Amino acid sequence: MSDTSTKPSIDPDEIEKIATLARIRIAGDQVAGVTHRIADILAMVDTLQAADTTDVEPMANPLDAVQTLRADEVTETNRREAFQAIAPAVENGLYLVPKVIE
Amino acid sequence: MQWEPVIGLEVHLQLATRSKIFSGSPTTFGAEPNTQASAVDLAMPGMLPVLNEQAVRFAVMFGLGIGAEIGKRSVFDRKNYFYPDLPKGYQISQFSDPVVGRGHFEIQLEDGSSREIGITRAHLEEDAGKSLHEDFHGQTGIDLNRAGTPLLEIVSEPDLRNAAEAVAYLKALHSLVTYLGISDGNMAEGSMRCDINISLRPAGSDTLGTRAEIKNVNSFRFVEKAIQHEIDRQSDILDDGGQVVQETRLYDADRNETRPMRSKEVANDYRYFPEPDLLPVVLEDAWIEAVRETLPELPWEKRHRFANQYQLNDYDAGVLAASRPLADYFEAVARDAGDAKIAANWVQVELLGRLNRDERGIESCPVPATHLAQLIQRILDNSISGKIAKQVFEAMWAGEGDADTVIAARGLKQVSDTGELEAMVDQVIAGSAAQVEQYLAADEGKRKKLVGYFVGQVMKLSKGQANPQVVNELLARKLG
Repeated sequence: MSDTSTKPSIDPDEIEKIATLARIRIAGDQVAGVTHRIADILAMVDTLQAADTTDVEPMANPLDAVQTLRADEVTETNRREAFQAIAPAVENGLYLVPKVIE
Repeated sequence: MQWEPVIGLEVHLQLATRSKIFSGSPTTFGAEPNTQASAVDLAMPGMLPVLNEQAVRFAVMFGLGIGAEIGKRSVFDRKNYFYPDLPKGYQISQFSDPVVGRGHFEIQLEDGSSREIGITRAHLEEDAGKSLHEDFHGQTGIDLNRAGTPLLEIVSEPDLRNAAEAVAYLKALHSLVTYLGISDGNMAEGSMRCDINISLRPAGSDTLGTRAEIKNVNSFRFVEKAIQHEIDRQSDILDDGGQVVQETRLYDADRNETRPMRSKEVANDYRYFPEPDLLPVVLEDAWIEAVRETLPELPWEKRHRFANQYQLNDYDAGVLAASRPLADYFEAVARDAGDAKIAANWVQVELLGRLNRDERGIESCPVPATHLAQLIQRILDNSISGKIAKQVFEAMWAGEGDADTVIAARGLKQVSDTGELEAMVDQVIAGSAAQVEQYLAADEGKRKKLVGYFVGQVMKLSKGQANPQVVNELLARKLG
């Protein structure tokens, strides 16, 4: 990961695509400003990219520990009533959401 | 132009754990909606995943079964997308460092030949919930019981060349995972779901064409039909000089066609990153070796053993070893009957034929192995003929009891009593003056053929129960 050649650049189209993927609405007159700020952040990332990491193992987690595993046992009981009491809409035990059809 | 299909399969296998991969909720199929969805499965704020050891063990068993590299340090990642049956807004999966690396296994084709198919990788992930699109006043109903069920996604190399090979691969995979006991393999309940990647290239070429992905096909038959349809569709496009579009398609079983999924332009941008709520999973060599010790005899090992131990041909051995319950059944019959070849024949022809006709599996076979073994013993000790045995088998199937009970109740025991048979032989000879005359006039060679007529008549008279050997002896004596 010693690639320093790529210059951070991001255009307004990419910003709008990422916003769509993240379900964030950015008003039309704010796209330029957001693009500029994210480009600045990417410039900082680019500075980090310049560091020589030849002998450094990629790190999946900053904690120097490994995952503990749990035994395969059922420990949860049915608490549907409590959970559904705070849901906006339920019917026949189902959570109702605005119509989605793939 | 002659096109060569290139096919790779991604199979989502539900692992047979008691609890979910990251929570202590049960995984029982068919429960009342949302009664098996805990705070973790619902993505309530502050909930954290804790990894189920059994899910990891099952994945490693699969890896060892296909001779794969085991990821001694594997990492979970977030796969981000929004859908209401995925409450967190991401699926916990594995991207860069899966638990199972490259492996391979052998599949058997219809013509008896076998081929080695590569496995690219297999990784652990959680299942999503279910969306029910029936009419809830214009809304969609969400059942999160399945959310968090452990899945092993098994990705094959693009080594398959036609629909039949793809089906053979799935059957071999099904056989392996049920042997290992890591999944119930119940396709009707969605325990094994399949995505198909398929592209065409000119025969002889070694560069890949543009592929289409067909999502969520859930039976062997639909896999075969979906692939066949997709080969036809793509070759029509290419023959007309067009280009295949890289896209995700759905197979519609009712209309036997594939069609593009909507919202495809954003569907494949999952922005994976390491899951901060889980640490890397490190597997010690001793732990992996302990898992290896628990592996049962695998389907292909059993097939080779059957072929050697019982002198069966490779195809027959493969049929009998295809599922563990069937293999166990066959071995029980072979042991009790004392003749493996006849046992193999009865299990393959009569039993499997009957099961297929009733669309039943060996698990719900009404004839226990001990009863079939007893039936075979009665053929071997000449109590009944092979033909009568089929009648007895039908009666056992219908629940009339074991072989001896049916033979006694229906009076099917072969008649070897000389007095009784002699009376029948006399009756036949008395009623066949013309044939007797012909017989007496014939030379030795012809007589052998003509005697068959008399045997047939006696068998008919005895309703198939006469002992043919005794009848032959009596006829030889009486006809002189």
